[in-house]
Amino acid sequence: MDIGLNIQEAVKPADIKVWFKAAAVSKFPKNGGACVKYKDKQIAVFNFTREGTWYACQNLCPHKMEMVLSRGMIGEEHGEPKVACPLHKNTWSLKTGEHLNGDLSTLATYPVKLDNGFVYIGFSE
Amino acid sequence: MKTVIVVGNGMVGYKFCEKFVAKADKESYQLVVFGEEPRVAYDRVHLSEFFENNDAERLAMAPREWYEQNNITLFTNERVTDIHRKSKTITTLSEKTLSYDYLVLATGSSPFVPQINGVDKEGVFVYRTIEDLEDTLAYADKIRKKVERPKAAILGGGLLGLEAAKAVMDMGMEPHVVEFAPKLMPRQLDTRSSKVLQVKLESMGINIHLSKATNQILGNGHIIGMEFNEDDVLNVDMLIISAGIRPRDELGKSCGLKMGTRGGIVVNNKMQTSDPEIYAIGEIALYNKMIYGLVAPGYEMASVAVDQILGDQDTLMADEIDMSTKLKLIGVDVASFGTPFMPAEKGHSIIFENKTESLYKRINVTHDGKKLLGGILVGDASDYNMLLQMYLNEMPLPKNPENLILGSRGGEAVSFGSAMDLPDTAVICSCEAVTKGQLCCSIKDDGNESVKAIAKATKATTGCGGCKPMVEDLVVETLKSLGKVVKESICEHFAYSRQELYDIVKLRNITDYDELLDEVGTGHGCETCKPAAAAIFASIYNETANRQETIQDTNDRYLANIQRNGTYSVVPRVAAGEITPKQLLAMGRIAQKYDLYTKITGGQRIDMFGAKLHELPLIWEELIDEGFETGQAYGKSLRTVKSCVGSTWCRYGMDESVTFAIDIENRYKGIRSPHKIKGGVSGCIRECAEARSKDFGFIAVEGGWNVYICGNGGANPKHAQLLVEKVDKATATKYVDRFLMYYIQTAPPLTRTAAWLEKLDGGIDYVKDVVVNDCLGIVEQLDADMQHLVDTYVCEWKEAVENPEIRSRYTHFVNTEEEDESIEFVSLRDQKMPKAWA
Repeated sequence: MDIGLNIQEAVKPADIKVWFKAAAVSKFPKNGGACVKYKDKQIAVFNFTREGTWYACQNLCPHKMEMVLSRGMIGEEHGEPKVACPLHKNTWSLKTGEHLNGDLSTLATYPVKLDNGFVYIGFSE
Repeated sequence: MKTVIVVGNGMVGYKFCEKFVAKADKESYQLVVFGEEPRVAYDRVHLSEFFENNDAERLAMAPREWYEQNNITLFTNERVTDIHRKSKTITTLSEKTLSYDYLVLATGSSPFVPQINGVDKEGVFVYRTIEDLEDTLAYADKIRKKVERPKAAILGGGLLGLEAAKAVMDMGMEPHVVEFAPKLMPRQLDTRSSKVLQVKLESMGINIHLSKATNQILGNGHIIGMEFNEDDVLNVDMLIISAGIRPRDELGKSCGLKMGTRGGIVVNNKMQTSDPEIYAIGEIALYNKMIYGLVAPGYEMASVAVDQILGDQDTLMADEIDMSTKLKLIGVDVASFGTPFMPAEKGHSIIFENKTESLYKRINVTHDGKKLLGGILVGDASDYNMLLQMYLNEMPLPKNPENLILGSRGGEAVSFGSAMDLPDTAVICSCEAVTKGQLCCSIKDDGNESVKAIAKATKATTGCGGCKPMVEDLVVETLKSLGKVVKESICEHFAYSRQELYDIVKLRNITDYDELLDEVGTGHGCETCKPAAAAIFASIYNETANRQETIQDTNDRYLANIQRNGTYSVVPRVAAGEITPKQLLAMGRIAQKYDLYTKITGGQRIDMFGAKLHELPLIWEELIDEGFETGQAYGKSLRTVKSCVGSTWCRYGMDESVTFAIDIENRYKGIRSPHKIKGGVSGCIRECAEARSKDFGFIAVEGGWNVYICGNGGANPKHAQLLVEKVDKATATKYVDRFLMYYIQTAPPLTRTAAWLEKLDGGIDYVKDVVVNDCLGIVEQLDADMQHLVDTYVCEWKEAVENPEIRSRYTHFVNTEEEDESIEFVSLRDQKMPKAWA
């Protein structure tokens, strides 16, 4: 069974083939995240209200391979938006997916857009 | 896209991959690795640990997933058999053919097995791979069934041979080390230090036989002994050969690379072989006519090869390779550095020997006594790092160089400088080649002010770990030199301590995190200030974690403790550990219904593990129906008040400890604080409730209760200290009310009461002055603040299950009702547990 523990590839705006209609904006807490399922992928989507931005990345924490990042706290470090894993507080950039307090692997990030009260995530397939 | 093929997945081959993926552009290079062994690269240096724990996984340099994550194609159990230089391809045993742009040979070495008659008999082993060890262990098991204390010989008294001797001792066998040379560790030790080590090892039960040339292995089919001379026979049941290594250079030979006369593939200082597109690193590389059998030079070679392949021509192998080693052999320190034994014409030696203490120290200095040339340490190698640095950096020696090994005598100042005296170029971590200059920069300029942070940033200490004490010193000294005091502000978003922030929130009546950030902070917050602010709001307004859920730590946000696999545990309050049979049945029924793992906690209650996020409200709804309420096991808040049965049942009890503990637990439940708080109530001084290891404790004595505060267990156990003696329950409670409130208002985030007290000027006497004598004039306020918290308690789980909006947070996906399929459990003693982490 493929449960999505394999490596996810970041999707850049140029690669978008599908805009997946994930859920209504109201389903996502302010300045927090929630998890969206797309095919066999789990995507953590964050509503960074203070910045007025939305971010999406893989839900899988590369440290111990657990599906938990959407439950992490978000924040910012010297202007770089980040998410902290709820298990061991590793932090990653929400913009680039880069691990900020160590050298664990980079998170796959995904484009997000809003349309008519709904959150859409961009996928390449 | 260029293809780099690495042949060999040992420690050095792995290090090449690690350094390569860190530097190479993913788009331009593809890395393919072939390993002959079935396992991914593991730490051979610590092979003897396999005997102790039989856990091969623990030795792995990186899990298999690491290769996938870094886009490395890894083939294990796949031997490369041929290199075709013309077509730039390789073929493998299973007839795979791959072409390469660069080839890196890291095939390492195999144990050298001398041509002795009978060496092929059953019971003769080598010591190199995990498979070798497994074979050895299996054989040892077999003979242990026949012979009560079997004997095992180790052929070779070098480093590895002595490690093997320790291993067979751990297997319950009598070890005999047989060495051809007249001394142990002939490469590292001189005759006298070998003697000191021998005496020590023999006293531990390891038999040493020196100057022995083995003529033949005796036995019919399987080994029964070793013959040295006609009349000189050693009866043994097993033999491990550890007589040196031979490079695995057959690939180089067959494809016509330039070879050394005694084996090894010749390389230049770029680690290139005679074919510039083929590199050789580690124990097959013949550099400066030498094979280097240590990890540090191998890693250095890997680093050079990576840079060369990626086009950085400036990284070259050093002309001279430092072969210094320090290790703990069967609990005995052994180290040698520089030129350990030295002809008299080059300099003098200063030698200290004490056989009764198994100590030997030798340093070699130049004739003019100004420079250190090398040395040997046995029994105590604590000065090794400093001596090595003095040698490597050619630092001037003190006037009396003997002080370096004897310590200063006669009132002189200690001759050792601190780590700060080293030049910036001094290599502190030789495994990862990190210099003192780089470490100090990392501390000063990048703000890595702990060994942990430095290890992350520079990788120093992550190899053998031997440099850790020195790195610790550098951190402390560098911070001191900067005149650093501990930073008081919470994080980059608030230039205030927690206490200051607490006062601001209270005085300005701020109720929202965003409002706080806008009014007195900067930026958008982080995982440090958010939960700290959440705790402050909770302490002042007693608001539950449900209102501002995204500033809570994950446990508070979901009102449950997140566990290893992302599931949660559920702990209802069982005040003072008193529980009725009816409640036990109810809890059992609910745990069974949701298939939860149950365990009694250290705080006298029941923990139920393995609940999925969406099950939490369902479970709590049932628990609340049965009369339970939340136990706040997830919060930085009151956990439990532990009690003994006290005078109710106990024939020694002085007072009713259970009743008191229940009252106290119910009084403080739900109160949030800088860290968790635990309490205890004991009915007499026998102290069965362990109240003195808690943040607050009451012990019944003749004439009242003694009150103790600021104890904890944990990593740094502290006994609680006496606040007042022989007071009645009401008075005892009043003082603890005030103490807790004072702590809540003044402690930094995530600081337990013991750590808080330690930093408090005046210590316990000052706390007494504040809460008993009211020296600050604040006790009325403290009393009122506490009473407010007690009066406004609500069960936040009740709030959560009754409020549809809060309840809707408990779902793994927001766009489907499906469950997270990645959660896996395995069974454990009739219950379940999360699948282990890789």
